[in-house]
Amino acid sequence: MNFLDLIWLIPLFPVAGFIINGLFGKRMPKSAVGTIAAGAVLISFIFAVGAVYQLAQLPEHERSHEVVVYEWINAGSAVTTGGQATRFVVNWSFLLDPLSSVMVLVVTGIGFLIHVYSNGYMWEEDGFYRFFAYLNLFMFSMLTLILGSNYLMMFIGWEGVGLCSYLLIGYYFHKKSAGDAAKKAFVVNRVGDWGLATGILLIFATFGSLDYHTVEEVIRAGVASGQYVVSQPIFIGIALALFVGACGKSAQIPLYTWLPDAMEGPTPVSALIHAATMVTAGVYMVARSNWIYQMAPEALAVVAVVGVLTALFAASIGLVQNDIKRVLAYSTVSQLGYMFLALGVGAFAAGVFHLMTHAFFKALLFLGSGSVIHALHHEQDMRKMGALKNKIPITFLTMAIGTLAIAGTPGLAGFFSKDEILWQAFSSEHGHPLLWLIAAIVAGMTSFYMFRLLFMTFYGESRVDHHTEQHIHESPKVMTVPLIVLAVGSVLAGYIGLPKWLGPNLFEHWLEPVFEPVQAVAVSAEEAAHHSVALEVGMAAVSVGIAVIGFLIAYTTYAKKSDRAERVSAQFKGMYQALLNKWYVDELYDALFVHRAKDLGRGLWRFDSRVVDGLVNETAVGTVKSAVGSGWWDRWIVDGLVRFAGGFVKTASWPIRLSETGYTQNYALVMIVGVLVLVGYVLWGTL
Amino acid sequence: MVPIHHYLLLGAALFTIGVVGVLTRRNIMVILMSIELMMNAVNINLIAFSSQLGHVSGQVFAIFVITVAAAEAAVGLGIVIAMFKNKETMNINEIDLMKW
Amino acid sequence: MDFFDRNILSIITFWPLAGMLVLLLIPKESTALIKWWANIVAVTGFLVSLPLWFSFNFDDPQMQKVVSVEWIRTLGVNFHVGVDGISLLLVMLTTLIGPLAVLSSWDAIQTRVKEYYAFILLLQAGMLGVFISLDFFMFYVFWEVMLVPMYFLIGVWGGPRKLYAAIKFFLYTLIGSVLMLLGILALYFQYPTIAAMHPEISSQFGTLPTFNVLALHAIGPYLSETLQFWVFLAFFVGFAIKVPMFPFHTWLPDAHVEAPTAGSVILAAVLLKMGTYGFLRFSIPILPDATVYFVPMMVTLAIIAIIYGALVAMMQPDMKKLVAYSSVSHMGFVMLGMFALNPNGLNGSIIQQINHGISTGALFLIVGIIYERRHTREIAQLGGLSNVMPSYAVVFLIMTMSSIGLPLLNGFIGEFTIMAGALQKNLWWAVAGGAGIVLGAAYMLWLYQRTMFGKLDNPANQNLKDMNWREWATLIPLIIMAFWIGLYPAPFFRALDKPVNKLVEIVKAAAPPDAPQAAREIR
Repeated sequence: MNFLDLIWLIPLFPVAGFIINGLFGKRMPKSAVGTIAAGAVLISFIFAVGAVYQLAQLPEHERSHEVVVYEWINAGSAVTTGGQATRFVVNWSFLLDPLSSVMVLVVTGIGFLIHVYSNGYMWEEDGFYRFFAYLNLFMFSMLTLILGSNYLMMFIGWEGVGLCSYLLIGYYFHKKSAGDAAKKAFVVNRVGDWGLATGILLIFATFGSLDYHTVEEVIRAGVASGQYVVSQPIFIGIALALFVGACGKSAQIPLYTWLPDAMEGPTPVSALIHAATMVTAGVYMVARSNWIYQMAPEALAVVAVVGVLTALFAASIGLVQNDIKRVLAYSTVSQLGYMFLALGVGAFAAGVFHLMTHAFFKALLFLGSGSVIHALHHEQDMRKMGALKNKIPITFLTMAIGTLAIAGTPGLAGFFSKDEILWQAFSSEHGHPLLWLIAAIVAGMTSFYMFRLLFMTFYGESRVDHHTEQHIHESPKVMTVPLIVLAVGSVLAGYIGLPKWLGPNLFEHWLEPVFEPVQAVAVSAEEAAHHSVALEVGMAAVSVGIAVIGFLIAYTTYAKKSDRAERVSAQFKGMYQALLNKWYVDELYDALFVHRAKDLGRGLWRFDSRVVDGLVNETAVGTVKSAVGSGWWDRWIVDGLVRFAGGFVKTASWPIRLSETGYTQNYALVMIVGVLVLVGYVLWGTL
Repeated sequence: MVPIHHYLLLGAALFTIGVVGVLTRRNIMVILMSIELMMNAVNINLIAFSSQLGHVSGQVFAIFVITVAAAEAAVGLGIVIAMFKNKETMNINEIDLMKW
Repeated sequence: MDFFDRNILSIITFWPLAGMLVLLLIPKESTALIKWWANIVAVTGFLVSLPLWFSFNFDDPQMQKVVSVEWIRTLGVNFHVGVDGISLLLVMLTTLIGPLAVLSSWDAIQTRVKEYYAFILLLQAGMLGVFISLDFFMFYVFWEVMLVPMYFLIGVWGGPRKLYAAIKFFLYTLIGSVLMLLGILALYFQYPTIAAMHPEISSQFGTLPTFNVLALHAIGPYLSETLQFWVFLAFFVGFAIKVPMFPFHTWLPDAHVEAPTAGSVILAAVLLKMGTYGFLRFSIPILPDATVYFVPMMVTLAIIAIIYGALVAMMQPDMKKLVAYSSVSHMGFVMLGMFALNPNGLNGSIIQQINHGISTGALFLIVGIIYERRHTREIAQLGGLSNVMPSYAVVFLIMTMSSIGLPLLNGFIGEFTIMAGALQKNLWWAVAGGAGIVLGAAYMLWLYQRTMFGKLDNPANQNLKDMNWREWATLIPLIIMAFWIGLYPAPFFRALDKPVNKLVEIVKAAAPPDAPQAAREIR
């Protein structure tokens, strides 16, 4: 079977699942609903594996396969800003190349595991079928996003995942907080989409196409011919506009506020959408547009700075949160910051690598936390947990592996990917020691809050309330098996991207055709070689050291019986409160934008009904008033003359009126008398 | 043969009764009947003269008058009914819309 | 069959009128028969219009199915009909919306049933006549004819302030159309002068004053700029009130709020399109110089409408008013695309007109469904409805998403092509338009959240029934259309391609020669 030509089917299997479950799921048994949903994703996964395998068989420079299904939009001719005639044509088409193959494997693979897990986690819920229908719809959108071969296909997926995210965050729709969070997520994302749409339109207006390959070729040809040069404003503009979109979807400063609130959704949703897949769409998009970003180093610098600041900022909030899912949410934001840092220093492969490893261990951590929450009957507050490690051992073990991986323990997935980012931040031509320093500090903070989570949940004294305590149970197999698979992944995934001093970096090599430099300068590789291996190893050691410090602080504070946490928070009360309240950013946004927009709307409404409509009504009133005046004139002056004439005749004629009695017989009598008189007169003459 | 003035006297008498009826009665139905009476008086005259003069046109005219009288009765009764529906009365004195 | 094919436009237009005349013969007590008859007429009206779509030649930029019969010889008035791709789409939209509006009135209208259905069929005929007329006089007649039934629909079957709304609607539109008539007359009397100077025109259309739209298209480029300026302004008032463009929009919320559901649906879906159609058919091709001259004003008003309409919509306490203001915003998009005056913008603008008909029409039906059950449209009275009306919630969600331009649904196609067209002219037009998309998401989702999500805490909402088969029947065609345009808009773009290119050519020729981009595009 030629899977490469069938990649257009990959997004369609989940659509089938969505339609079946959406239309008939209500009347089907839960097991059937869950099987169909997970099965659809499994088939997609199999097709994806087949296609990627066949792609890998091709020679390196041919590893890019496009399938056009049909011509979707053809909106007539257009002219680019360069004066080139073109048409606004967008195909419904898919592209499998090294970058999208990484994404498709991550999305379908982890997506499948999470579907399986959800079969256990959501079993008790009403609307089981609704959940799986939405989840399948999400898989469709996400796969369209990563497999689409042009920017508009990506945009379809981009908006589609936004919709599914909206629906799934609002899954518990009877809770006001869930509805609010859903709406917030969608609207904040829309702000990002505004930027993305503008960027896409600019791409079309500049290059005359939305097709990845065509755009890339136009840029390469333009660079070769000298038409395009690095730092040209149009590239910076496009790159920044696209990045606004990435900030929205991937929760970067200033548009990150929706992601922590998105934890209102069910935990598998948080794992799938808000950790492993959807939120990485921004990273994918920037990596996909790498030829544009390469032409705009200023925009890259913005990406790097925003990324590293987000990493720091989110990690700082994560330090003090007490809700287990919120800690993970801020951790996700922070890790996404890392990915953008990597992209920003031009290390696209490192960013995508971290995206992949992060998908494993963050999905694992979220699912693990879901297992904890499940065990404790929907308790999410870590202050009401503790000493769970023997009661739910599998969850504990797998979560411990995830924590070790994210904290950067040497040998686990997180170490390789994070270390690569740190090294690139320091050594790349776009890098800067300051970026490295902040990123290294964040590594320490990550280690602290993750171990804090682990210790508060599984170690120390049990703070679980008595009633719940008796019902704590390990989750069923359908939930623990995915945890174990993900844990294995979190350990092994890093070995395909070894640092240079350990072995070949298969991952980077695989992605090379996609991230080929636009300008054939190839100096960076030369320069990188100048940095000594010793320096790279030494810096890795430093970052591990910082992580160990984070671990030790967490251990002594939370695993041991200690009142240090209380003491420190009391000592730095202001700081603590600020962190606990997320730096008051939500309040700030509310005050600056939300309320102002509402005020503006209210004000304009008043303006509309008083001034705009007021003018209309005033015109009407004025017309009526002048009509009243004209009426008076007409009635008393113009008509007055007429009526005077009539009235004169009327008064003058009163004697004659008396004869009009209205009695028919009177008239008849007069007639007869008249006839008699006439007859008499005639006869008088003849007689 | 009956002399013609007998017929003319009968006609005159009937006509006079009709006129008096029209002028004095207050019930519309009776007035209508009185008008019928007057017309028939005319018919008698027409036929009398026709037979007297040996000319057929008088008889033709009489038939013509009868036809018109029938139509008149129909229209008149229609008006009376419509009027009765509106005013609920047959008294002609209460129908005085033409009064100044 | 040949007769049918030749006169299909007249048949489509007068079909509802014939149906109305028969309906007048049905005694007014037999309401069931009246309803059935009106529905049959409306549905067959749609079926009759299908052959038009299938026999239409999409590659021909000229008017098709043209019929011209002398009407008033002394004035040079003809019964002259014909369609191109633009009017084809609007005719199809009208015949599609008609039956849905009629069907949606089944339970809602209980008083004066006969008169109601008679008016709605008359309205249908009037609207179709507007879209097929190729004679300005005829156009004007139909334009006024359709005002009357709409006036009565609002004024008799409307809400508490129906008289105010109906009179406002009628007078406002009338003021506009009178000015439009002045413009028409100016062109009518100008024609012989120009035709005398250009033999190629007089040989085709004669030398006498004429209302023939095609003849006026022909003299368009030769009209003096002063005349174009004033006629454009006269047309502008007439059409802008109908669209409605800011600041002529205030009749719309009142009319929508007071009108019965079917009235709102037709008003939003079709009546507003008559204004935009006027711009496309008359202002732009007849007055190209003035069109180019007025672009800044038109675009400014369009952008104000987009943002302003969205912001005002956000704060509305009444569902119907919210949707009405969202119409103002969406029609702003339509005008923005139109006055980008390039193929992308114009294509998008016309597609968006169809889209607006579908999604806003559906939203008014949806509001009508809840109004029939609860007799209120106040958002604060609702909430948590998805607990008791799950299928209603799904349909509402689809149409919300269609309205805010989610890809794979119709709204996206229109909005995105409009933005592509606008951006080719000016980056900031597109950026400002984008702000409307963000705000659109905000007000629609907020509406959805406040009505559908949350606890079902109002006891009056406890026992609401979900949608019945009749309500499904009114909405399913619109859902299908929304997905069709979203997934496979090619047929629509194909219908528009040729006439839109023609429009662009006309405007290009008028563009000032110092615009380098425009000059390049002429080739």
